[in-house]
Amino acid sequence: MDQLINYILHLADSNLILTQRNAAWCGHGPILEQDIAITNITLDLIGQSRNFYQYAAKLINETSGKEETEDSLAYLRTEREFKNLLLAEQENGDWAQTIARQFFYSLYQYFLYEKLQHSKDEQLAAIAAKSLKEVTYHVNWSSEWMIRLGDGTTESKERLTNAVATLWPYTGEMFLPANYESAMIAEGIAVDVIELKNDWIKKVTSFFEEATIALPENGFMQTGGKNGVHTEKLGYILSDLQYLQRTYPNATW
Amino acid sequence: MVVENNIIIEALWVLLEQVPDPEIPVLSILDLGIVRDVQMHGEQIEIIITPTYSGCPAMDAISMDIRLKLIENGFKDVKITSILSPAWTTDWMTQEGKIKLKKYGIAPPKMSGNSSDSSPVCPQCSSADTKLLSQFGSTACKALYQCNDCKEPFDYFKCH
Ligand SMILES: [Zn+2]
Repeated sequence: MDQLINYILHLADSNLILTQRNAAWCGHGPILEQDIAITNITLDLIGQSRNFYQYAAKLINETSGKEETEDSLAYLRTEREFKNLLLAEQENGDWAQTIARQFFYSLYQYFLYEKLQHSKDEQLAAIAAKSLKEVTYHVNWSSEWMIRLGDGTTESKERLTNAVATLWPYTGEMFLPANYESAMIAEGIAVDVIELKNDWIKKVTSFFEEATIALPENGFMQTGGKNGVHTEKLGYILSDLQYLQRTYPNATW
Repeated sequence: MVVENNIIIEALWVLLEQVPDPEIPVLSILDLGIVRDVQMHGEQIEIIITPTYSGCPAMDAISMDIRLKLIENGFKDVKITSILSPAWTTDWMTQEGKIKLKKYGIAPPKMSGNSSDSSPVCPQCSSADTKLLSQFGSTACKALYQCNDCKEPFDYFKCH
């Protein structure tokens, strides 16, 4: 049961941390429509993560008698307990970096949920089926921006190329299962992410061609996020995200 | 007893018809197609709803509004259950709801089987010559379009 809970927390955490990053664009987007677009995507992501957290809390409480909630899981766990992908915690940078991060993640989510909707775990399957419709829009939006920036001006192309180079080393982790994930794959509950890699690379390659930018060499890939070993950036994110509950424990609206 | 329950359940559906969507108040929650079932367990009333979008902030408000409406009408023990599966689709929106939307100035969603590349019809002048401004509009469920004939921008309730 612990392995299932860890797997669900991993799915929830990646969404939550990317949500916290994206939310910083609220009121700062390049133009109003795009400000609204990135915050709408962020709203979908937080909604999905709430579904995962609620499910994890239910399982934790049933097996351990604790009283976790979606809020306690988001606000009261420490850095090493977070199992998000390293990609999600990377900085917003400029608009190009935010777009590239969203594009890599949304495309991964799309292939992931497409399979997860057939999971033997009914609740995970239901969350995935619901989320897939939303993620399809995110892929459309972010891939159009990849093309617009890559095949745009000299400056936009340079910025996107830099963004891709910065983020690329964090993409490999998506396709390397953690131990808890492998255990759940064996039970037909988790998606075998190794199998997603080819589809993901193929799509990325075709969008990169359209965006007229080069695919980076398959160099060294950073790992650790899924097991709670993060870049230094996560601590800063959590100190913002958890500030209120840490400073005023049990504060409510 | 069964007959009596059926009468109460019918009355409950009539009450639910009076609960508006907080973001598009011309639509009732029945027009939206989010109420999946109404059940009675002894004294307890259970309303089963399904969220439109995972992060739709209106869902909490809708649950509260359902509860208040039923309490106002003498139903004390109300349970609201949210289910995710099967996932909500705009195909569940009623025909009447789609007509109300168009009158309100929002282009209604097409049926999900239809090809998605054709633009929605302008709710102002009914022209089919419209263009997408942004895939994301004023709320999670809408996209922003503009009519090439009357030039009015308008919201399109996205097919989902
Ligand atoms: Zn028009």
